[in-house]
Amino acid sequence: MSTVDPTDLSIDTVPTGLAAPKAGPSALHAADAAHKRLSRPWASLSAVILAVLWTLPTFGLLVSSFRPEQDINTTGWWTVLSNPVFTLDNYKAVLGSDSSSSLAPFIVNSIVITVPAVIIPILIASLAAYAFAWMNFRGKNLLFIGVFALQVVPIQVTLIPLLSLYVKAGIAGSFWSVWISHTMFALPLAVFLLHNFMREIPGELVEAARVDGAGHVTIFFRLMLPILKPALAAFGIYQFLWVWNDLLVALTFAGSSNEVAPMTVALFNLTGQRGNQWFLLTAGAFVSILVPLIVFLSLQRYFVRGLLAGSVKG
Amino acid sequence: MNYADKLGLMVASLVLFAAVIGAVLLVVSFVERRGTKRVAWYFVGPTVLLVLVGLIYPALRTIWTSFQDANGTKFVGIDNYTTIFTSSDDLIVLRNTVLWVLVAPVVATLVGLVYALVVDGARGEAFAKALIFLPMAISFVGASIIWKFMYEYRFYDPSVQNNPAQIGLVNQVIVWLGGTPQQFLINSPWNNLFLIVVMIWIQAGFAMTILSAAIKAIPSDMVEAARLDGVSTWGMFRFITVPSIRPTLVVVLTTIAIGCLKVFDIVRTMTGGNYGTSVVANEFFDQSFSAGNVGLGAALAVLLFVLVIPIVVYNVRTLRKAEQR
Repeated sequence: MSTVDPTDLSIDTVPTGLAAPKAGPSALHAADAAHKRLSRPWASLSAVILAVLWTLPTFGLLVSSFRPEQDINTTGWWTVLSNPVFTLDNYKAVLGSDSSSSLAPFIVNSIVITVPAVIIPILIASLAAYAFAWMNFRGKNLLFIGVFALQVVPIQVTLIPLLSLYVKAGIAGSFWSVWISHTMFALPLAVFLLHNFMREIPGELVEAARVDGAGHVTIFFRLMLPILKPALAAFGIYQFLWVWNDLLVALTFAGSSNEVAPMTVALFNLTGQRGNQWFLLTAGAFVSILVPLIVFLSLQRYFVRGLLAGSVKG
Repeated sequence: MNYADKLGLMVASLVLFAAVIGAVLLVVSFVERRGTKRVAWYFVGPTVLLVLVGLIYPALRTIWTSFQDANGTKFVGIDNYTTIFTSSDDLIVLRNTVLWVLVAPVVATLVGLVYALVVDGARGEAFAKALIFLPMAISFVGASIIWKFMYEYRFYDPSVQNNPAQIGLVNQVIVWLGGTPQQFLINSPWNNLFLIVVMIWIQAGFAMTILSAAIKAIPSDMVEAARLDGVSTWGMFRFITVPSIRPTLVVVLTTIAIGCLKVFDIVRTMTGGNYGTSVVANEFFDQSFSAGNVGLGAALAVLLFVLVIPIVVYNVRTLRKAEQR
């Protein structure tokens, strides 16, 4: 009891919504008391310094993305204070149709890659999770532990053999190879998380449905999926951010073709060019950051829950 | 392919997928009526199949390749592993990886802990936390671009009056303080630390969020008792806060360490592994895809695998032990 309630952190329970702090509602919690004794000005000062340090880099990029190309390359972004000149040209270049600077095709690729790479593993994993949680079959526990343990496999170990499989199957360098890879890499974590969610559902509910003559398929669609919506959302957001922000998988399976390569690869290629094209990089980086940022800000609660549980993946 | 074709393909893939799963479930509902026990296999089948093809087979294959030569044709025993631990280039790679795994988790956790403590209960706590947490949503590539811009260097000659203006904030601050701008990403070995800063910047928010929840869960009667005993602020931190959140601290540290062990995007984007900044995951990529040494590449991947396992096991055991208390 002298320890933090560990259920707040365990991989088993974080995603089930128990991650919220458990301190009594009226209780003054520890840190409150601790920092009341901390000399307040120093605490505030260090908080402000850290907050500024952490925000300034992103802010600088944002400001720069609205400055004319010439200005970005010759003066620092902080000079806008004395010389405020702004333009939307960088965003026009990035989102426009001029093929030499436009990143629009890569944004489309990112979307085309991400949507199936989020939906498909969720459905496949929830089927398996249902079986592990509510069905009996031989070797169940062993199989479940096996799937769970596969989370430790770094994807580096799988890349080359997978690539040669894709070449043999004739889908190398296509969206298919990227979708399938992300699906396979997502499964161990997804099965594990969704299984834990499903175990939380009261057994009487499932029993009652069985007594009423419902089969497993009916129970899965009519009972499990609706109840599991928050859980599916939590994993969905996690997987979305993972796929949208991924570089390694995209570089390996889609990197050689602009037809398939997502934003991360396009931005990566831009940074590799001599004489960084900062006007494209700043605006492009912001476009790519914007999507996950919106998702993250609107669904932060779910994201934090999935965070720790998913930290081993990759 | 134009945009419409791509989006069409995307929809087609989803329809195809739905059709396959639909067919499987249709079979299940027929089989089920006859009361057989095999039904479960239809549910776990797709997962087992994909995991076998996508993770287990490739992993075994890579382990086997790690004992083969550059073309993956001849068995060479542990030669590749010997190379990793003896060649001077690879020793630098190992040194850098060790640096990442030691520095980033400790600093990120420390920053996260301090921040969690100082903003706790303050006005605007949620907003203050969001500021630090925001980098978590940004891709490693995006974060690398942001910091590359921070470190940007413009030619500077201290003996001349009219130097071009610095456009990177870090170098500008150095100029304001009267120093000489540095090529942060090129000057080895210090450039490694400047890459690690990016990881710290991203992971501090993670540490802060998790630790903050743990701090809030410390029983208040314990804190009250300590306060009545006249324990100082530092004593409170040292004897109440830290012991109470120790399991959490361990988990946060090890989790970030795992991320550091596998770090690839940051190094790839910022330096491409040049100037003595390569790490194991980056060297794996180079050897496998550019240098064409699949044997050595596989050995590096297996090394990552082997290094991750003890940290994960330790992590899981800490959690289990904490749960039993």
